[in-house]
Amino acid sequence: MATLKEVQLKIAGVKKTRQITSAMKMVATSRLRGAQLAMEAFRPYADKYAEVLGSLAQKAGEGASPLLEAREEVKKVHVVLLTSDRGLCGGFNVSLIEKAEALIKEKVGDDVEISLTNFGKRGRDWARKSDFPMVDEYLGVVGASFDFSIASTGGQKLINSFVFGEYDEVYLVYAEFLSMGKQLPVIQQLLPIPPIEVAEAEAEDDQPFQAEHICEPSAELLLGEMLPRNVYIQLYRGLLETSTGEHAARMSAMDNATKACSDMITDLQRVYNKARQAAITADLMDIVGGAEALKG
Amino acid sequence: MADTIRLEIVTPGRRVVSEPVQIVMAPGSEGEFGVLDGHTPFLTSLKVGMARFKDEAGKECGVFINGGFAEALADRVTILAESAERRRDIDVTRAKASLARAEKRLDGARVDVDETRAKAALARAIHRISTVESR
Repeated sequence: MATLKEVQLKIAGVKKTRQITSAMKMVATSRLRGAQLAMEAFRPYADKYAEVLGSLAQKAGEGASPLLEAREEVKKVHVVLLTSDRGLCGGFNVSLIEKAEALIKEKVGDDVEISLTNFGKRGRDWARKSDFPMVDEYLGVVGASFDFSIASTGGQKLINSFVFGEYDEVYLVYAEFLSMGKQLPVIQQLLPIPPIEVAEAEAEDDQPFQAEHICEPSAELLLGEMLPRNVYIQLYRGLLETSTGEHAARMSAMDNATKACSDMITDLQRVYNKARQAAITADLMDIVGGAEALKG
Repeated sequence: MADTIRLEIVTPGRRVVSEPVQIVMAPGSEGEFGVLDGHTPFLTSLKVGMARFKDEAGKECGVFINGGFAEALADRVTILAESAERRRDIDVTRAKASLARAEKRLDGARVDVDETRAKAALARAIHRISTVESR
């Protein structure tokens, strides 16, 4: 059996760990709230945008923009991977990276080149170890506070490379925030932009766009202006969801860790009590034995 | 009184305006336009500039719009702006400082100046200031 001193030290150590994990949990909780607010604030914009774009795409028809055209031969695939900068958030990053690996495995072939853009340190560290060239890395974005400009700069770069033929397809891997306990890694095709569906399915107001819009400048020009922004919006949404997911994942991971610490402390306390009692009993035996001996 | 239309100004960061208004004037890329109740469906891109509207009580309000898109339907107008600030939220000192900075950058005949960016900054600053001062 461990000595009293040892058990005491161990208890003190676990208590300190519990303090840290519970502090991290609280930090994650408050950040989560911020991230969720940002996500909610963005939703009206994204919804309206999809609505307007849907009605416009219907009008402009096929071949309106190079961003819509699928390449006949796909030789260069670019993957944008969103992960968190910091760990201690359970399997969050691992599952994102696995998703990216699965995507790459599916796409890779003899004459297909894969390249990567990474948001977040975890994904970057993975990318450095992989055999694929990393074109860009953005740190300090996911999980921190960021605004739309990061998405538009990043998106602009992707679009430029796509238009110049450096990439034939661009995919985004991010974590969809389903609930506090559930974040699902998903793959989304960014470029070429998949055919736009008329966004009526989720529009709550039941007013379909039957009337023809007057467009100024022409519908084609407008679509040309709106499509790139749509890519930024997807990217921004991915960033927001991944950030929110990171905080939620960390929160539950830290919650579990705190609980595990508490359990451990209870167990250790029991060991400690037993050891202490054993020591007291032994002492008593000594005293009683001594007294008996004196009595003679 | 005339019927009102619903005006929504949204940016990626937040919903700036969402209220019934009497009339909206916005800086379209092909010229300023006004929208009243019962407008025919209309879609346009926006320049950097000021959108004005009269609220239900007839009070005139100005909102700085940093480019974007606007959609007008019979009963509502939606402005999707890159960013937007109501008159009371504009930081005039900051706008003036950035105006001075942009002017300086354009004045100097240096080659390394990104002219488009400086011009965009100049336009933003000018319109911010005029949004505040045009009451």
